[in-house]
Amino acid sequence: MSKNIAIIDYGMGNLHSVASAVEHVCPDSQINITADAKIILEADHVILPGVGAIRDCMHEIRRLKVDETVQQVIKQKQPLLGVCVGMQALMTHSEENGGIECLNYFPGEVKLFQGDQFTPGHAEHLKVPHMGWNNVEQLVNHAVFHGIASDTRFYFVHSFYAQMNEHAIGACEYGPKFAAMLAKDNVVAVQFHPEKSHQAGLRLIRNFLNWDGQ
Amino acid sequence: MALAKRIIPCLDVDNGRVVKGVQFVDIRDAGDPVEVAKRYNEQGADEITFLDISATHEGRDTMVHMVEQIAKEIFIPLTVGGGIRKVEDIRTMLNAGADKVGINSAAITNPEFVKEAAEKFGSQCIVIAIDAKKVSGEGEANRWEIFTHGGRKATGIDAVEWAIKMTQYGAGEVLLTSMDGDGTKAGYDLELTRAVSEAVQVPVIASGGVGNLQHLVDGVVEGMADAVLAASIFHFGEFSVPQAKAFMAEAGIEVRF
Repeated sequence: MSKNIAIIDYGMGNLHSVASAVEHVCPDSQINITADAKIILEADHVILPGVGAIRDCMHEIRRLKVDETVQQVIKQKQPLLGVCVGMQALMTHSEENGGIECLNYFPGEVKLFQGDQFTPGHAEHLKVPHMGWNNVEQLVNHAVFHGIASDTRFYFVHSFYAQMNEHAIGACEYGPKFAAMLAKDNVVAVQFHPEKSHQAGLRLIRNFLNWDGQ
Repeated sequence: MALAKRIIPCLDVDNGRVVKGVQFVDIRDAGDPVEVAKRYNEQGADEITFLDISATHEGRDTMVHMVEQIAKEIFIPLTVGGGIRKVEDIRTMLNAGADKVGINSAAITNPEFVKEAAEKFGSQCIVIAIDAKKVSGEGEANRWEIFTHGGRKATGIDAVEWAIKMTQYGAGEVLLTSMDGDGTKAGYDLELTRAVSEAVQVPVIASGGVGNLQHLVDGVVEGMADAVLAASIFHFGEFSVPQAKAFMAEAGIEVRF
């Protein structure tokens, strides 16, 4: 299991809960919460969290040159996990805040859930944010799914979603079907919060920390 | 399959102990908050809410310490409310490990506080907590008003309009407590819950008055709540969270097992 884990800190949101979940599944590891490229590029595993508005996130990511560090992490084949807005930041573009260019690692658009899109079979209107425990359908085999059944519920809280694309490995439905998980090469990204998803979430984090990125 | 309706045990905490009063007066001791929270986490609660009802600074400091201890062991969302008056209070609770904070009376004194909080920390972690009482008489159209000071002080603010305004200001969720129902075990105020749930776009948590498992079902089916909060039915061992979920599933409601 991973010995040295970097959680990228670009000033957006609370990283304690991610760190505390990592510590719980990997108690002997060293965890660095940092924006320092040198430390991040030496880590065995890297986590890119994110909370809040995408404009502020992308602004800080660029200002702190986290974008360049993330490119380097990807190039070096270090296993990288994007969480929530950290996943959205890896997409091409988000329609939040009037339209924001993102890192374009996964192709596609991040869109707003429309409250007037009704879920078939439900008379009630779609509440936004999408908040709570929803099923994640596993679309392909991946190391991070080890020991987790398809359709297991994870905890989501978000108003914007990544459109389905060829890299989706997990799908969720809330009005439209959207990409709950993406994977390509040494990168996995999740829209839900594994650190808040009880046993299943901890299992997913443990699987990621056991994954060599291949 | 769809988004599950959440079951949220609520811990009213006074000076480091879980308490539960009937209509906020007759207080019963229900244990150590850390132990109680761990029990609900193991039982499969979908979220936990802490309401700090201590009146003293010492009580509030105890609360911060307690949230820290709980957040280290529990990997489900935690909401903390009670005494959240300044941006600094929010930061303290989020740093201690809370995922969301509930804002109640501070929003009434200064509605802009909710806007500021949502801009600073994101809507996803700002819950507007509303304590409402029915004020319309027999035969009149339903009307609920916001009350403060444990239900003793009327504000003249319409509860449904307030919920709409606060969510427009950026609150990402509504914690709606019927002060008429709270602690009575007579069930949620379903008309109030439904009126608010239909009026706002964000999720609504029904609270106040749960006495049996059918009340949880009614809150979702008739009240159209997205989550149901209960305290005493769980604290005193009458029902467990899995029992509540099984009962709701039986009634055709999506829950997480």
